Amino acid sequence: MKFRLKVWRQAGPDATGAFASYEARDIGADMSFLEMIDVVNEGLIEQGQAPIAFDHDCREGICGSCSMMINGCAHGPEKGTATCQLFMRHFTDGQEICVEPWRAKAFPVIKDLVVDRSAFDRIIAAGGFITAPTGGARDANSILVAKTAADNAMDAAACIGCGACVAACPNASASLFAGAKISHLGLLPQGQPERDRRVLAMVEQMDVEGFGACTWHGECHEACPKEISLDTIARMNHDYARAVWRREE
Amino acid sequence: MTMELRSGVPDGPIEQKWDRYRNEMKLVNPANKRRHTVLVVGSGLAGASAAASLAELGYQVKCFCFQDSPRRAHSIAAQGGINAAKNYQNDGDSVWRLFYDTVKGGDFRSREANVYRLAQLSVNIIDQCVAQGVPFAREYGGLLANRSFGGAQVSRTFYARGQTGQQLLLGAYQALERGVGTGRLTMHPRTEMLDLVLVNGVARGIVTRNLVTGVVESHAADAVVLATGGYGNVFYLSTNAKGSNCTAIWRAYKRGAAFANPCFTQIHPTCIPQSGEHQSKLTLMSESLRNDGRVWVPKKAGDDRPPNQIPPTERDYYLERKYPSFGNLSPRDIASRAAKEVCDAGLGVGPNGLGVYLDFADAIARLGEQTIRERYGNLFEMYERITDENPYRVPMRIYPAVHYTMGGLWVDYSLMSTVPGLHVAGEANYSDHGANRLGASALMQGLADGYFVIPYTISNYLASNRLDPVDASHPAFREAEVAVAARTRRLLAIDGKRTVDSFHRELGKVMWNDCGMARNEAGLQRALAKIPEIRAEFWRNVNVPGSDAELNQALEKAGRVADFLELGELICRDALQRTESCGAHFREESQTPDGEALRDDAHFAYVSAWMYQGDDTPPRLEKEPLSFESVHLAQRSYK
Repeated sequence: MKFRLKVWRQAGPDATGAFASYEARDIGADMSFLEMIDVVNEGLIEQGQAPIAFDHDCREGICGSCSMMINGCAHGPEKGTATCQLFMRHFTDGQEICVEPWRAKAFPVIKDLVVDRSAFDRIIAAGGFITAPTGGARDANSILVAKTAADNAMDAAACIGCGACVAACPNASASLFAGAKISHLGLLPQGQPERDRRVLAMVEQMDVEGFGACTWHGECHEACPKEISLDTIARMNHDYARAVWRREE
Repeated sequence: MTMELRSGVPDGPIEQKWDRYRNEMKLVNPANKRRHTVLVVGSGLAGASAAASLAELGYQVKCFCFQDSPRRAHSIAAQGGINAAKNYQNDGDSVWRLFYDTVKGGDFRSREANVYRLAQLSVNIIDQCVAQGVPFAREYGGLLANRSFGGAQVSRTFYARGQTGQQLLLGAYQALERGVGTGRLTMHPRTEMLDLVLVNGVARGIVTRNLVTGVVESHAADAVVLATGGYGNVFYLSTNAKGSNCTAIWRAYKRGAAFANPCFTQIHPTCIPQSGEHQSKLTLMSESLRNDGRVWVPKKAGDDRPPNQIPPTERDYYLERKYPSFGNLSPRDIASRAAKEVCDAGLGVGPNGLGVYLDFADAIARLGEQTIRERYGNLFEMYERITDENPYRVPMRIYPAVHYTMGGLWVDYSLMSTVPGLHVAGEANYSDHGANRLGASALMQGLADGYFVIPYTISNYLASNRLDPVDASHPAFREAEVAVAARTRRLLAIDGKRTVDSFHRELGKVMWNDCGMARNEAGLQRALAKIPEIRAEFWRNVNVPGSDAELNQALEKAGRVADFLELGELICRDALQRTESCGAHFREESQTPDGEALRDDAHFAYVSAWMYQGDDTPPRLEKEPLSFESVHLAQRSYK
């Protein structure tokens, strides 16, 4: 297979970026999208040009490093799929493919397709945890967790922190990311003591970082490689309203 | 000159050694803890748990990772589970049994006191993780669920669907980020350690490169913990993440840390077979699948009928046939070699004959598709996404792939290397898995080291040693910074014709063919001749574009591959000297009449520990004798 690529190139955070065109030749249908970029990069290096910078690591859809807008869709056209698990068999031979970085004020471009997602870490640092210092835990089976609660918590905890939700959202909102963590911890008995504090701190940090508000477009869920449910945002809003109300009591 | 490798194992019965260590260790006064800085390199299970726990104790902690966030460390990709001797299933498990299974699974090449401690701490890990909110699988009554893994006859594996590593890592990552919020922990993402700095023979810091700006920087400290994972990517194709590398431990080795058992590299039996030359990595299918999947190949070579048209009588369920008591749950080294054996005999399936079937048809008929979906749904989806085949309808095709490295930097009982002050945790050390790691034990070891061993042993180290104040202006740091910058400039100046990846692939093929699942003297000698040639050409003809003052991924890769090109040689050297077979190290010259690994305890019951002697001088081999006081050395049998 072969493809015409239109790729966003930007030398650094303050540089002006532009699209550049490349031919991707001899691409196999069983190659992943990132392996296709690898082939293009090998060719660029052999011609003495700078390869396209992009984040990637595990290449099995779990680390959340890879992050590309492909033909306008975060992680490309396949539902529930991270870029590294997107295979070229889903494209047609000769197709033009446009590749851009995540675009959001809170995710500034570092180089080419690489963006700075450290805002996500700061949201977690603000409150996305259960305070359980090492050593003080009681026997694991002394805390009963209903299977449905554990299953629902796991559904939310499956978030890989890639940022596709932000990239897909017209408001660049991080609500699905934050809602997933707030749901995961808030659904478990261990997460109750800090439930109010957690949601208030995380929502405040989202605002500080410059993420937009949620206006229920649902694009985040459509783009999410783990198909995190919009229910998580509903839970976040519920917990937030309740926490504000309880704080003001 | 020889040196003594002091294991520092406390005296007394094995059950009491760790208690004894903790009772006799020295403590740092709470008010003095904040005066000590500890560096933790790596943010996977071992690194994140160590960094978080040390910060909770009150130390100033700096943690480093090359990824853009600590949450992306490759522990995240572990699928199946974590072992713990909780005996919640009432099926006869105990600390002793987990200890024994792990020592036996490692083919009696690990230090038994360390393994016993690991089994003891396993129960605390589950308590800790549940308290943090790790959403482990549950029974309807709310109790924790378990499943079975290879090499064990009890159900002691705790799991969170097929994403156990992810959930455990996120637990540790959240604890780490909580530490960031308290101000006692500073996180340095997109930062790579490029050298270890010694002052008066003691580890006092590291030199790093900021991967975004290229700035080379020194960090001084009172102790250093390396938790940088394994070196499986020396084979190019492995289940490791693309960025996983040996650079931190290799640079530490070149500063005097002994490298132990480098040839103990694990090939995992259940991975998706390679599909083409451009493949960049191999994907694991969790060992947990072998709970319900049956492994088979056609009995007749060249049988190209679709699998569902081959009647049961014409299938060879070779694991069940050869190892009736463990069957499809035989340990990894044994299952991998058995797969190689049938493929070498021409019975392999799939386009290139390098594959065997992992078939769920019987389990689906017995339990229903819904149950299988609940147990393995995400793994089945991943398989289908990659191969475009539906494993509910046709058997999976699997083949062994490089997965884990049991070898690593030598450590004593307190996880300190031969360089005072340099501690090593998780996969980066060699300590607990001997010559073969059992499934669901890597997560256990990473978290035991990080949550429960390092916080104690670092305190003991800091309280027992008077350390002179040292800061980053010390000449030793300047010297290391200059060397790091010079090496970077040298890589950029070669301006040759070949890409870094082309050298990495070439090295990987040599390692896989001559130092992979089966090894022999001729092959190892061939590899030992070839690797220096590849290395020489690399330094003459590699093309690393760009500059050192920017995000330069080709430069990052070049530095890592340069280190793999040296480590590969050490692995082959170690494999050559160990003429016995043990665990994952299979020397064709040493096998039982029915083709199993044949140990030679009289000559090889030791840990090999290699000491760097300079780039042009062969390394020196030191040996730590392994004595077994609590278990009886036996020929490993899973029949």
